[in-house]
Amino acid sequence: MTPMIELRNAEKTFVMHLQDGIRLPVVRSVSFDVAPGECVVLSGPSGAGKSSILKMIFGNYRCDAGSIGVRHHGDIVDIASAEPRQVLNVRRDTIGYVSQFLRAVPRVAAIDVVGEPLLAAGIARDEARGRAGALLKRLNIPERLWMLPPSTFSGGEQQRVNIARGFISDLPILLLDEPTASLDGANRAVVVELVAEKKRAGVAMVAIVHDDEVRHLIADRLVDVASFAAAA
Amino acid sequence: MLDLVSNDQPLLVAEGLGKNYGRFAACRDVSFELYSGEVLAIVGESGSGKSTLLQLLSAQMAPSAGRVSYRMRDGVTRDLATMGEAERRFLFRTDWGFVHQDPAMGLRMAVSAGANVGERLMAVGQNHYGKIRQTASSWLERVEISPDRIDDAPRTYSGGMRQRLQIARNLVTEPRLVFMDEPTGGLDVSVQARLLDMMRSLVSELGLSAIVVTHDLAVARLLSHRVMVMQGGRVIETGLTDQVLDDPREPYTQLLVSSILPA
Repeated sequence: MTPMIELRNAEKTFVMHLQDGIRLPVVRSVSFDVAPGECVVLSGPSGAGKSSILKMIFGNYRCDAGSIGVRHHGDIVDIASAEPRQVLNVRRDTIGYVSQFLRAVPRVAAIDVVGEPLLAAGIARDEARGRAGALLKRLNIPERLWMLPPSTFSGGEQQRVNIARGFISDLPILLLDEPTASLDGANRAVVVELVAEKKRAGVAMVAIVHDDEVRHLIADRLVDVASFAAAA
Repeated sequence: MLDLVSNDQPLLVAEGLGKNYGRFAACRDVSFELYSGEVLAIVGESGSGKSTLLQLLSAQMAPSAGRVSYRMRDGVTRDLATMGEAERRFLFRTDWGFVHQDPAMGLRMAVSAGANVGERLMAVGQNHYGKIRQTASSWLERVEISPDRIDDAPRTYSGGMRQRLQIARNLVTEPRLVFMDEPTGGLDVSVQARLLDMMRSLVSELGLSAIVVTHDLAVARLLSHRVMVMQGGRVIETGLTDQVLDDPREPYTQLLVSSILPA
C-alpha cells in the first residue's frame, strides 16, 4: 500500500547561539514509512528525539537534511522543503497534531475550541458543535463545562479537550504526543477506542506513548528512535 | 475562512524594498509575497525597521529602492508607485485598513463613534443615513461596544474601546488587506487579551489578509500564520510562525524568543 508518510534520512541539530553556538545533534538518518490505517509508536528513552520527529513531520521544527514526504490530496508534499502556505494547507486538510498541552485561547468556549478544526474545513457551526459535544461527552467532560473557556479547567480536563479537538476532524494523518499522559483509566480506554476507530477509517498515525499498556493496545509497529541517535 | 489554495496570485508583492534617511538605511532589500487570507507578522525590537517597512508597504512613504505591487479587486496587479495620489487614497479608504497603535491617529476624536464608522461607508458611496447608522451599530456590537454609545465621541471612551472602535472603522468597508502597527501597544494586559481574541476571530471570519507589526511575540503567535524577523533594517529570518518561534535559527531570533518571560 502507498504510504501516507515517508521519512528518508531526516536530520535535526539544534544550534544554541546564546550558549556559544553549541551544537546539539538530535536525530540523524530517520527513515520509516507509515501506511494508511497503521499506528506506528516511536519508542526510546526520554531525550532520544521522539517529540522532535513528531514536530518535524508537522513542520513545527525544521528538518536540516533528508525529506519528509506526506501524501496530501493524492500528491507527495515534502514538509522539509515546503513553503509555509503549503504546510498550512497540509495542516488544514491532512495532518492533525494532538499535543500534551492545550494552548488555551482566552474566552473561546470549550465546545468551540473542539469544533474549530471542523469550521476551518468548511463544516457548518451547528454540525461542528454537535460533533464536538458528542466527543466531549465520550471523554467525560460534563456538559455544564462546554460553554466555558477551558483555561479554567483542570489539567486532565484540558488534555481531554485537546484530545477531542485532535480527534474530531477527518484528517488522514494524526500525530499523537502522549495523548494519555495524565488521564485516568476510564479516559485512557476512550482514547484507545478512538485510535482504533481512526485505524478502521484508514488514518495513518504516529504516536508517542509512555504507558506500556496503552502502547501495547494501539501500536501496530514500534520504531526505535535510539537507532537514529546522532553521534555528537 | 482561511483559503490559501484557491488563490494562486499573491495579493501583495514586495521586491527589494529599501528606505534610506540620508546615509542611514532604515530598511533594506525586503522581498516577500502575501497571499489572500494570510496574516504576516513583522517582529523585531524598536529601531529594527519594522514600522518603516509598514509605511512603505502601505504606500504612506516612497521607497528609496524596490517596489510594492498590489492585486486590485478587478484582478489586475498594479505597482503602487505608478498609481495616482487619488487612486492610492481611494484604496486606503476602501480596500485597505490601517490600525494605528494610537487610536487617536486613526479616529476623529471629537465626532461620534457612529460617524467614525459611517465616514468610511460614505467613502464607498453609501448615502442612506438609516442604513449607515444600522451598519455602524452592528459593527459596534461586533467589536463589543454597546450600541448605546454610538452617539458618544471616542474621547469619552477607554483605551481598549477606542482601539476596538478603530478596528470597526477599518473593517466596515470589508477591506481585503489590513495593516496593523502595534495594535495592542498601549493597552493593559487584560485588555490586550480581549482585543487579540476579537481580532483573531474577525480575521478568520472575514478571511482578511493582514500585515501586523509587533514587538510582542505572543501577538505574532496568536494572530499570524507567518512571521518575518527584522534586525538592523534587514529581514534575518522568516517562516511559519510556530516554526520560527519554536525552532528559531538565527542568534537574534533565539535571543528574542528566550527573552519572553514565562506566563
